[in-house]
Amino acid sequence: MKIVVTVKQVPDPNSTQALESDNTLARDKEVVLDPGDECGIEEGLQLKEAHGGEVVLVSMGPERARDAIRKGLSMGADRGILITDEKLAGADALLTGRALAAAIKAESPDLVICATESYDGSTGMVPPILAELLGLPQLTFAKKVEVNGTNLKVNRQTADGYMVVEAAMPALITVTAAIAEPRYASLKGIMAARSKEVKQVSLQDLGVDGGGPAETIESVASAETRKAGSIIEDDGNAVDQIVKVLADAKVI
Amino acid sequence: MDFELSPQQAEFRDLIREFARRSIAPVAREWELSGRYPAEIVDEMKKMGLFGVLVPDEYGGSAVDAVSYAIVFEEISKAWMGIAGILGSHSLATWMLARYGTPGQRRRWLPGLATGEHRSGIALTEPGAGSDLQGISTVARRDGADYIVNGAKTWITNARHADLLPVLVKTDARAEPRHRGMSLLMIEAGTLGFSVGKDLDKLGYKGTESAEVFFTDCRVPVENLLGGEEGRGLQQALSALEFGRVNIAGRAVGVAQACLDRALDYARQRQAFGRPIADFQAIQLKLADMATEVQAARLLTWWAAAALDAGKRADLETGMAKLYASEICIKASLEAMRIHGGYGYSTEYDVERFYRDAPLMAIGEGTNDILRTVIARRLYRAHDEES
Ligand SMILES: Cc1cc2nc3c(=O)[nH]c(=O)nc-3n(C[C@H](O)[C@H](O)[C@H](O)COP(=O)(O)OP(=O)(O)OC[C@H]3O[C@@H](n4cnc5c(N)ncnc54)[C@H](O)[C@@H]3O)c2cc1C
Repeated sequence: MKIVVTVKQVPDPNSTQALESDNTLARDKEVVLDPGDECGIEEGLQLKEAHGGEVVLVSMGPERARDAIRKGLSMGADRGILITDEKLAGADALLTGRALAAAIKAESPDLVICATESYDGSTGMVPPILAELLGLPQLTFAKKVEVNGTNLKVNRQTADGYMVVEAAMPALITVTAAIAEPRYASLKGIMAARSKEVKQVSLQDLGVDGGGPAETIESVASAETRKAGSIIEDDGNAVDQIVKVLADAKVI
Repeated sequence: MDFELSPQQAEFRDLIREFARRSIAPVAREWELSGRYPAEIVDEMKKMGLFGVLVPDEYGGSAVDAVSYAIVFEEISKAWMGIAGILGSHSLATWMLARYGTPGQRRRWLPGLATGEHRSGIALTEPGAGSDLQGISTVARRDGADYIVNGAKTWITNARHADLLPVLVKTDARAEPRHRGMSLLMIEAGTLGFSVGKDLDKLGYKGTESAEVFFTDCRVPVENLLGGEEGRGLQQALSALEFGRVNIAGRAVGVAQACLDRALDYARQRQAFGRPIADFQAIQLKLADMATEVQAARLLTWWAAAALDAGKRADLETGMAKLYASEICIKASLEAMRIHGGYGYSTEYDVERFYRDAPLMAIGEGTNDILRTVIARRLYRAHDEES
């Protein structure tokens, strides 16, 4: 079973974020492998351990995104592909999707695993774009995956439970953080990763024309700060009042 | 001169840092105070291959360089020094086996120790002898194809979890010089006459147990003599302690850095007389000294580790690193406590634990005064050679 996991290098969630003048995220800061992608890699590795095969990581980004791929390789993935090209600077979801789709198509995988959304951009648009361009069924919000021959079954997270969705592979899934706790790399894994292949490709290699981003960010506003909660002073029947508030909110 | 870590060393550091942040730091305070054994953390360390840090590749380990080795201990100790103790003496036992073991001994024991499936430690100290190892009284008498061991060891870290312990014994109590009669026997748990006594209650360094170990007519096959030759034990143990000092220095740097990090956070946020205490020069002087000393200790530790990597005799270098790092660690833990005021004395703050953990690094793998005598001897020798 050949599994492709898409991975992205993002600004470190543990550090503060800044914007560039064109309102895109400043990427000159501390960067890490997207924590959501670590879950995808873990799921890919577990499927490989159960069914055999290969886990290939595909990333689009600048030269240093190689470090994010390398981290996945040290967790145990087999090889990586880095799409890097000046024409991809500031790429929007569609251009990203076209570049990734071209690289993934050449691999003809049985399964493509993406995180539900990236930690930084959070558009959640790349996976459906990929599924469309690759002509694959997409099974989203997977919190559990089962593979049986060429049949794929996922538990799809919903607001109040989950649905069971099936498809024939090849297919694309997006996974939530609930899918699997990512493993730590091992010392040996780090050493081995240094000799694993990371192939670097350009848009020209992939036969994709740049075209430039179709999307510009007009303005950015801070999220509304959370409103202060209401305080119930205890005048002897505070418990009843709290119960009523909770009941009105349908929490109890 | 280049003070940068190699890309691989930096990756090791990032891995252990993340592991310490995610899996050790959140439980450290509670587990340490309750004396709970960190079994889940041990399991993670097995999977990461940390028990094989000094085991050669052919036996399933990763045999990292000594600088990486120091970094592993620093990063773990930033979160909880006791966890570093679980790896410390185990790694020294594997180093001795890899370095001095016969091919048969290496094949027999190293693969299990590399994965952490089997655990080890190192048993030198006795109730009557610590610094003066030539004064030990545990005796191994030859009887046919076995040795019969009698005696007791104390303060043995990891003893209760050890499947195998290198034990320093006298195979010839009358030898002159005395070290010619000293050997290391690899004694397996479960051997008749080998027992582990009670866990010793201690100030800090909790999480890992330190216990007494007893040998009563304990029969150990001659094949378990490390290296297959009598009279090498003291030298084998002392050369392992060069790595031991790098790991202790690494731990001291880690605890000292954690003291600085906590003190810095607290000073920026704690208000007194209408402003953050970080604005007071008295606090700035402390923070500046701590930061300078921590960095000096770290560089000294890397320098000593690099000397080991170069295959040089490094008793001077490792002695200096361990001595200096442990002294500034004690100082940093006290300064961090002062900066925290009354809260530093509370078990709700980590600096209280750092303060209890710090003094051990001045005692283990050679007390600081013993190391000072080693350093002075080397100075005199160099001085004699010059004049
Ligand atoms: C928590 C903990 C864990 C430990 N784990 C282990 C372990 O796993 N394995 C193991 O074998 N040991 C272990 N030890 C023992 C440790 O290595 C010894 O405590 C240490 O070597 C000192 O020996 P001692 O306690 O007998 O002190 P002593 O040797 O009695 O020293 C007492 C004092 O006298 C000074 N002194 C002694 N001789 C001289 C001299 N010639 N010149 C100047 N000053 C001198 C010392 O510096 C010290 O200040 C552990 C100890 C502790 C506290």
